[in-house]
Amino acid sequence: MKKVYVNEDWCLACHLCEYYCAAANSGAPNMIKAFAGGKKPIPRIKVEEGSGISFAVQCRHCDEPLCVKGCITGALSVKDGVISCDESRCVGCYTCVMSCPYGCIVISEDSKVIQKCDLCVKNNNGDPACVKGCPNKAIVLEER
Amino acid sequence: MTKYVIIGNSAAAIGAVQGIREYDKEGGITIITDEPHHTYSRPLISYWLEGKVADDKMYYRGEDFYKENNVDVLFSRRAEKIEKNSVVLDGGDRIAFDKLLVATGSKPFIPPMKGLDKVKNSFTFMTWDSAKAIKKKVKKNTKVLIIGAGLIGLKAAEALHHLNADITVVDLADRILPSILDVRAGEIMQKHIESKGTKIILNTSVEEFSPNSAKLTNGDTVDFDILITAVGVRPNTELISEAGGKVERGIITDDTQLTTLKNIYAAGDCTVSHDCSTDTDRILALLPNAFMQGEVAGKNMAGAEAHYQNAIPMNAIGFYGLHIITAGSYDGEEYVEEDAENERYKKLVFKDGLLKGYILMGDVKRAGIYTSMIKERIPLDNVDTDIMKDSPQMLMFGRARRLEKLGGIAVKE
Repeated sequence: MKKVYVNEDWCLACHLCEYYCAAANSGAPNMIKAFAGGKKPIPRIKVEEGSGISFAVQCRHCDEPLCVKGCITGALSVKDGVISCDESRCVGCYTCVMSCPYGCIVISEDSKVIQKCDLCVKNNNGDPACVKGCPNKAIVLEER
Repeated sequence: MTKYVIIGNSAAAIGAVQGIREYDKEGGITIITDEPHHTYSRPLISYWLEGKVADDKMYYRGEDFYKENNVDVLFSRRAEKIEKNSVVLDGGDRIAFDKLLVATGSKPFIPPMKGLDKVKNSFTFMTWDSAKAIKKKVKKNTKVLIIGAGLIGLKAAEALHHLNADITVVDLADRILPSILDVRAGEIMQKHIESKGTKIILNTSVEEFSPNSAKLTNGDTVDFDILITAVGVRPNTELISEAGGKVERGIITDDTQLTTLKNIYAAGDCTVSHDCSTDTDRILALLPNAFMQGEVAGKNMAGAEAHYQNAIPMNAIGFYGLHIITAGSYDGEEYVEEDAENERYKKLVFKDGLLKGYILMGDVKRAGIYTSMIKERIPLDNVDTDIMKDSPQMLMFGRARRLEKLGGIAVKE
């Protein structure tokens, strides 16, 4: 299965992936509208930077996903290798936040339920927005 | 064809079904449960009582789960004993098995308390039916006395708080949530809960009950309409002990979840786990633990080889809107950051060159990175400890781990 991989040597720390991710999952038709309101939509990808290094971190869609196995409600599930969350079944207990070794489960500031990368399969974006938007090909969708 | 029988219908049982079906699509699976419900999430009963989760969201797996996995379920039936590769049910029916999983969970422990038998509206809080029974009795301003300021007692208190009940929690211990919080975090959480109007009385127990009041050891009397006892739980181990299997504080298994009895496995809250943060054996009554033990049991029952390792105590839970995530052991050198005014607290505990445990209150973001350090025993020498103390982030690890985990490239460090 194709997964998202990052190359920290090529990351420019531009944070564009975060904006593309947030916009793609905001439900708004474009970037301008996504960020027009008072509240900024939250990205499910995070750029870490320090000591001259930067890289993006997003869900690894693990083969043995601790978030899914630990989910107390059954809101998290795997379909065709993609881990996604049925937000209507999430109660915001954050057992998945406790379980994810990469810190890739994001907490919604509004609803307090969790959000996570689903490789853009639910938002009709096609290929993941972070991959499409990265100007330096530091984020790729590949079979490895 | 292998005949699989599972006693229990919660997380460990469902994990076992999934584990079995990964390797065996044909064998028959029978689940025996003494409850009448489709598999539901036990930790959700407080959310249901509060009204935050509707009936149709209580289910741990979709309504087609049993059909899709070809599982027969015997609802509202009790497994009485295990005898010669059969489970004997109430009424005497026998269900033969080739491989058996005991996933019987635990039951509330009710200590002897004087006059308790006179209390009419006395409840525990472990099952959906217990939550339903409580809900029938609670209206606005209903006076509720809860014995026990642990996870179950305070989750019940939170739910009833949202129903505008008048709540008093009494506990013999000198602090709340002693199983997961240290003294200081307990104080912050207690203040938070009390600020919402729930009364908490510590260092105190009930001297004697009357039908609608409790005389406490501190001399006070608390009137109540309903009583909830949540002082602790005991694992359901009798089926295994009576069949001759080894039981200590819970059912003893190896890391394939096999009990000391041939072809009989056990998983979940009824078993003893190995806590790798302290290298000791203890009961880890946690839903993720139950599911993963069940899954490992199921795989082994189906003839594959799987081991359950790296278990640690860990809890993600919130009370009255204040969230905490805790994991591991608190025995060691401490690093603490506290902002009590904003209800924030962070403690990291180090020992033997490893992160052994943590408490995060208020800001719990990305806590799993800390959890992974404990479970995988990642040496502190391989980590930038200043970055680690600041917040959990992948940046604190060396380049090799990042390349492997994020870049899909295995590199020797």
